Amino acid sequence: MSKVLMKGNEAMALAAIKGGCEAFYGYPITPQNELPEYLSKHMALNGKVFVQAESEIAAINMVYGAAGAGARVLTSSSSPGIALKQEGISYLAGSELPAVIINVMRGGPGLGGIQPSQSDYKQITKGGGNGDYYLYALAPETLQEAVNLIKEAFDIADYFRNPVIIAVDGLIGQMMEPVDLDQDIQSWDLKPKTWKADGNRKNRDKNIINSLYLDPYDLEDHNNHLKAKYDEMKEKHQRYELINMKDAEIVVIAYGSVSRIARSAIEILETKGIKCGILRPITLFPYPEKAFKELPKTVKNLLVVEMSTGQMVDDVKIADEFQHPIHFYGRTGGVIPEAQEIVDKVLEIVGGEKHE
Amino acid sequence: MNNIETVYKKSEGLTDKYLTYCPGCTHGIIHKIVAEVLVELGILDHTIGIASVGCSVLNYDFFSCDMIQASHGRAPAVATGVKRVRPNNIVFTYQGDGDLASIGIAEAIHAAHRGENITIIFVNNAIYGMTGGQMAPTTLIGQKTTTSPNGRDEKTQGLPLRIAEMIATIPGATYVERVSVHNPQNVRKAKKAVMKAFTIQKENKGFTLIEFISTCPVNWGMTPKDAVDWAVDNMIPYYPLGVYKDKTVGEEK
Amino acid sequence: MAKGRIIIDTERCKGCNLCTFYCPVNILKLDETTTNSKGYTPLMTTDPDKCIACGFCAIMCPDSVITVEKFVKEAK
Repeated sequence: MSKVLMKGNEAMALAAIKGGCEAFYGYPITPQNELPEYLSKHMALNGKVFVQAESEIAAINMVYGAAGAGARVLTSSSSPGIALKQEGISYLAGSELPAVIINVMRGGPGLGGIQPSQSDYKQITKGGGNGDYYLYALAPETLQEAVNLIKEAFDIADYFRNPVIIAVDGLIGQMMEPVDLDQDIQSWDLKPKTWKADGNRKNRDKNIINSLYLDPYDLEDHNNHLKAKYDEMKEKHQRYELINMKDAEIVVIAYGSVSRIARSAIEILETKGIKCGILRPITLFPYPEKAFKELPKTVKNLLVVEMSTGQMVDDVKIADEFQHPIHFYGRTGGVIPEAQEIVDKVLEIVGGEKHE
Repeated sequence: MNNIETVYKKSEGLTDKYLTYCPGCTHGIIHKIVAEVLVELGILDHTIGIASVGCSVLNYDFFSCDMIQASHGRAPAVATGVKRVRPNNIVFTYQGDGDLASIGIAEAIHAAHRGENITIIFVNNAIYGMTGGQMAPTTLIGQKTTTSPNGRDEKTQGLPLRIAEMIATIPGATYVERVSVHNPQNVRKAKKAVMKAFTIQKENKGFTLIEFISTCPVNWGMTPKDAVDWAVDNMIPYYPLGVYKDKTVGEEK
Repeated sequence: MAKGRIIIDTERCKGCNLCTFYCPVNILKLDETTTNSKGYTPLMTTDPDKCIACGFCAIMCPDSVITVEKFVKEAK
């Protein structure tokens, strides 16, 4: 199919429409505004629902309602707005509702800045809302990958009856790249939504969408039921990419825009005779621990590179199980690292065998 | 020989579940009104009710229709989400004074502002019942609660909020009425108001809100009948009953 | 002669005593001789023959405890 040059936020918006999104509820926040703006026009053109809510809190609750009534539904925001949505996200998970959430990350904490970051990693993967739940978290690095993953995200959410979050940074939201909106995506075995409270009670008992279980034994059973989903995610649905691993002596672990910058860095390192690979998580939850089992024996060091102060380092340590020394390089506050900075850090590590 | 005609029985709009409200709490009367209206308008089996957080948190078990439980204050947003994707279904929220007038005031105002085609049932008993009797935005001046132990003080705690009046000023609101359930005549009037509200929704004519003057015998420290009398003597003068907004006036019947 | 009768679901009655104030013929009171399985003192009618089947008690009952029936003469 043909490719179109599009801005990230708009490509992601169109991808949602292609993925069968029936309703979008959101609120303006930099740097993702083009996404609701695009949908404010195109949802109506496609006979679908668009509401600019009064706040991110209202928006996530509109998502909750529409999801409860059985619709495919999307919200998008950026870090401070996603912080506001945490209660609603916990309710979605606790009520077993599917939804797709796009976080176009910016500098934090608090109001932070409007430039790109990856500083919501722990909020995304360790849960920002209350209770025992997780989000299936996808981190594309290109607009094409973002488009494909967003289209698939609606199926994933329906399959697990759990929210799915797309974690991109402001660079991905703002950049322009050619995208093919009609590539095939992975298919999922979906069951009909017999649980939905869509008011059509003629042939069935009433349905209740709820996360309140006052009896602690009931709530424990419910939590174990949710946990089974997360265990399935961990066991069967980790996604990652291994790049340039042959004879690699050091591996950069990076996702999203940072992995693209790392791709440039490893080319520079190649010219200096250094074999540097990239382990690119595509799912942030479940963390791709299986990828670490595939690292070649030549690897002597791991270097985690993030646009944060190192939120992913702990997960790398857990996944690596003390097989390698782990180093970190990061820029934060909205600063984007350059390829040369990664090169310099690698040289520092392999040259002087410096340990963190 | 005598035949028997049933004059009054429990509505099909309510399930068999035992109501968890305190003895004499007017939530039960208000539930009956809503349930009866849904049945009489023939809309029960395509209605989706949005339960909120407060004493009525468990009412997803009490109404016979599909129910979605919402987080505290957000029921009008949840209702918006549902109604936009299911415009042919009837959607209502059922909220107390903490849920609607405090944490959820933005969602209530904006649902009215957008003219969402939903019905809000607002139960105002001037106190937070579920959590043990704290002050509500609608607690009266001088009224003692666990967080206004010396009586609500205007200087530090402001004056009580009049929700029906406030929502009526919003251009997007179609019908706003305040009612009471303190005797059978008022229960009948309240039912007429709720009937009107759901009829307006059925006819896609916009946003409706019915505010109920209600009681809290346990946290007011009174018997159920004394509580009803207190509501009449103290709440109604500050929160007068009546229609505050009716965009349907002047339309052909 | 009674115009009708009420049927009280004594197990659901919470003994709130709200309905008794609204009976126009004053035939309602709580039955102090008994409690139901929840420990409440349920409603009773003191003089069923006086019931006018107005329905006021049932309208005011928050728990839908009361069913009201009217006696209707058969058409000849």
